[in-house]
Amino acid sequence: MGEGDEGYGEWQELVGAALLGTDRRRGGGPAGSPEALLDAAAVHAVRRRAGLRPAGARPRPEPAPRDPRPVPPEAAGHRLAQLLAGRGGPVNGGGRRGSAPDLTELLPQWLAAAGRHGYRAPDALVPALLDAARARSDLRPHALALAGTRGLWLARMNPDWRFALRGGAGGGELPDVTDPSAVERLWEEGLFAERVALLGAVRAHEPAAAPRLLATTWASERAEDRLMFLDSLRSGLSLEDESFLEAALGDRSRNVRATAAELLSALPQSALAGRMAERALACVGPEGVTPPAECDAGMLRDGVVKRPPAGRGERAWWLGQLVEAAPLSCWRERFGGLGPAEMVALPVAAAEGWTEELHAAWCRAAVRQRDPEWSRALLGPASAPPAAGPGTASLAERAKLLETLPDAERAAWVAEFIRAHGLSEAFQLLGVCVVPWAGALGRAVVDALDIAREAGSYPWSFSGVMGLAERCLDPAEAVRLEALTAAAEEPPDASPGAAAYWAEAFQRLVATLRLRAAMLSELAPA
Amino acid sequence: MTEQGVRWTAEQVLALAPDDASRKAGGKLGGAGPWSQIGGSASGSVWGLCKGSGSNPYRTVVDLTGPAYKCSCPSRKFPCKHALGLLLLWSAEGVGEPGEAPDWAAQWLADRAAKAARTAAGATGPVDEEGARRRAERRAARIGAGVGELEQRLADLMRGGLAGQEHAGYAAWEETAARMVDAQAPGLAGRVRELGTIPSCGPGWPARMLEEAALLHLLDRAWMGVTGLPDQLAATVRSRVGLPASGEGEAVRDRWLVLAQYDSASPDGRLTTRRIWLRGLSGGRPALVLDFGPPGRPPGLALPVGLVLEAEMRFRAGSAGLRADLGERFAAAAPCTEVPAGVSTRAALEAYGAALREDPWLESWPVVLGPVVPIPGELGWQLADAEGTSALPVPLTGAGSRSRGGLWQLAALSGGGPVTVFGECGHRGFTPLTAWQPGSSEPVALS
Repeated sequence: MGEGDEGYGEWQELVGAALLGTDRRRGGGPAGSPEALLDAAAVHAVRRRAGLRPAGARPRPEPAPRDPRPVPPEAAGHRLAQLLAGRGGPVNGGGRRGSAPDLTELLPQWLAAAGRHGYRAPDALVPALLDAARARSDLRPHALALAGTRGLWLARMNPDWRFALRGGAGGGELPDVTDPSAVERLWEEGLFAERVALLGAVRAHEPAAAPRLLATTWASERAEDRLMFLDSLRSGLSLEDESFLEAALGDRSRNVRATAAELLSALPQSALAGRMAERALACVGPEGVTPPAECDAGMLRDGVVKRPPAGRGERAWWLGQLVEAAPLSCWRERFGGLGPAEMVALPVAAAEGWTEELHAAWCRAAVRQRDPEWSRALLGPASAPPAAGPGTASLAERAKLLETLPDAERAAWVAEFIRAHGLSEAFQLLGVCVVPWAGALGRAVVDALDIAREAGSYPWSFSGVMGLAERCLDPAEAVRLEALTAAAEEPPDASPGAAAYWAEAFQRLVATLRLRAAMLSELAPA
Repeated sequence: MTEQGVRWTAEQVLALAPDDASRKAGGKLGGAGPWSQIGGSASGSVWGLCKGSGSNPYRTVVDLTGPAYKCSCPSRKFPCKHALGLLLLWSAEGVGEPGEAPDWAAQWLADRAAKAARTAAGATGPVDEEGARRRAERRAARIGAGVGELEQRLADLMRGGLAGQEHAGYAAWEETAARMVDAQAPGLAGRVRELGTIPSCGPGWPARMLEEAALLHLLDRAWMGVTGLPDQLAATVRSRVGLPASGEGEAVRDRWLVLAQYDSASPDGRLTTRRIWLRGLSGGRPALVLDFGPPGRPPGLALPVGLVLEAEMRFRAGSAGLRADLGERFAAAAPCTEVPAGVSTRAALEAYGAALREDPWLESWPVVLGPVVPIPGELGWQLADAEGTSALPVPLTGAGSRSRGGLWQLAALSGGGPVTVFGECGHRGFTPLTAWQPGSSEPVALS
């Protein structure tokens, strides 16, 4: 803001006099005495304020591109505001969680559901959304997609939100992937993040074009960049990538070689998989297991790591790597036409203790090659005690095996597991089930919680599963759960007060399910 | 439309919350889950039972005309999370057909109605006029002594020069402020404290300090000659010095739109001041309602932005006719459906300048500005007229500035295009408080 020129010089003189002090500036000057100086300054101050004029405007920001997507219905917008406001941490000061839903955990679901509906975030909430995404990187893909062009427009002006401009999460503006010269220019001149995004876009459009693009500059890329680029071939992997990956087996960097080998071994028809099959078949058969005696140059080139981790024998280590990388389809013939379940059940070389090593490698192979038949065989029946299962007792590996099964089968297996073994080991397995949980799975979890309640233990022993249930149970289950929210009689040998805490935990579960149901129905277009 | 009038939005309900924790806690109770026996009356009240951790549910009643709250929970927050949850539930889903309040709610509602009737009847006790006059004279004498002392202090400042102030520190001014408190002139004390902070406020401080010292001097002189001033100006001087308003002000009935509500803490943190800006939709008159609260307990009066109150506003004399007290209300508050018309940046400054005629100590004037385009900048933000030539700066630091979060929200609403903005326009620039997007009548309170 400015003011008229008249009087400005006079004002400067008054400020000068005041700075110096009237004692040091006797005689002359605009105002001799302190009172006269203050009088004159008061007149100036009021006159200046009363006569202010607007300042010249600076250049405006480019208007944000229009986002054609609709905003969510009003109630859903209010819900988002509430979820964003509630993300500052637990209300109860971190202690007992009480019976109210945990809003923080519902934000990801809201964002994902709103994304499926094709909404954009209400403009007023975009800054809060960006702040939330800044604090929690797991929210970023959905949050940034919702924030859309308005979010990017803001992020370009506020350094706090720079993260939104990085990476492939809808970040920069990519050229049309069908325009070869534009692609080539960005690939050669772009920043690393832009190049990763470009590679992803090219891969999504035409998988085989990605290795072609990579090959143009491969020799001059830095090792860590080669590794990242190679890793991005994981999506849309096919035999068309083989020759490129095969060449990368000769890379200068060990990590690049290992990744190339891993990707090739996920392609059962690749030459590397064939070589690995040949080696593995020489070691394992119905007659027993003979692990490799040495790690030769060919094995090294195919990505076998020579030095075992501390505490493991090197021959077992090599064997594991060979079997893991060999296509699972090679075993049927070797074992005389047996199916995976029968092979897994064979006491192959049990005497020498190789069975465990072999099964563990088959598990890794089944996960890598996404083979449901082998996974099924290695998981065994869900009701069998985990330690007695055929493949692996490790819950983490079982969870990975489960991921290769179709959704319904996965849920049924985990439901069966919970009915047989309770909840104490189910957390990781539940984590790989599709949300919302299928009916039978949800019922198994609720029944198991009810059994735990009747057993008289405290609910916080199950807080992990309880939290998952709040986020993953089908909201329709709320009706059935209602009965459990009443504080029941305490069993005679129960921990003191457990019944009331359980009632509270179930109240929270029901409240959260109702909130999720409300949340999802609000998002439905009017 | 339900019988409780147009339901409020969730934002308007959450604006009532005394603090963030209550806002979150209330939000969690805003679903049907914990509630039973909810209902509402045609006269603008809602009630319900909320299941808590104890065996008895809490009984929660809200009188929407207040809004006023009653809950059987032990919380000292006001409104408590149950009242907020009930209002959120009402805002989202309504509470069904109006009905009779259950006994526990009806009793309180009846008491409130009776109390309101008593107040309206003007039950004033006998007044000791003679005693009041003597007390006023004594206070005036003490203030007079304080003003004299302050004039001395300002004259000493001018004699010694401002240059020494940069390293003089704050303590001497704090002491003078304490003397003004002793002299029962809290208005002067506040200005003195402000004056003491200026030397540490960055470049250009000597000019700002001279300006503030001169305005303080002007107030001193005005007090000394207050009996000779016109009534309105005299009232302004008295209230600026810190005397309470005397007598009933002018009462104006209108439909008052709540334009903004925000809290600020006093420099010593001992007092929270809540400012609520309103504007008469028919008469166009602005009004500022203040409420105060001790730390930790927010002011009791809460008026969510965007609501319209059919009410009587009692304006206090002086202070450019801004200060008002909320009088009788004639209907439950309802959301506004229109966007107030905005003016240009030039007109905004002219309005502030005109108001200075009545109150030369006025820091800012409430203005609806628009259409304007917010221009973010690392060194400072501007609000530019739609033609793009003239602009008002947004103060980022010091008195009257708000958080940058609110500014980014404003930028997000604008997306580089024009918006309508309500805020305070003063000699430091324009502080945005509330914004409307083109084509939407829903105000967004900038955080």
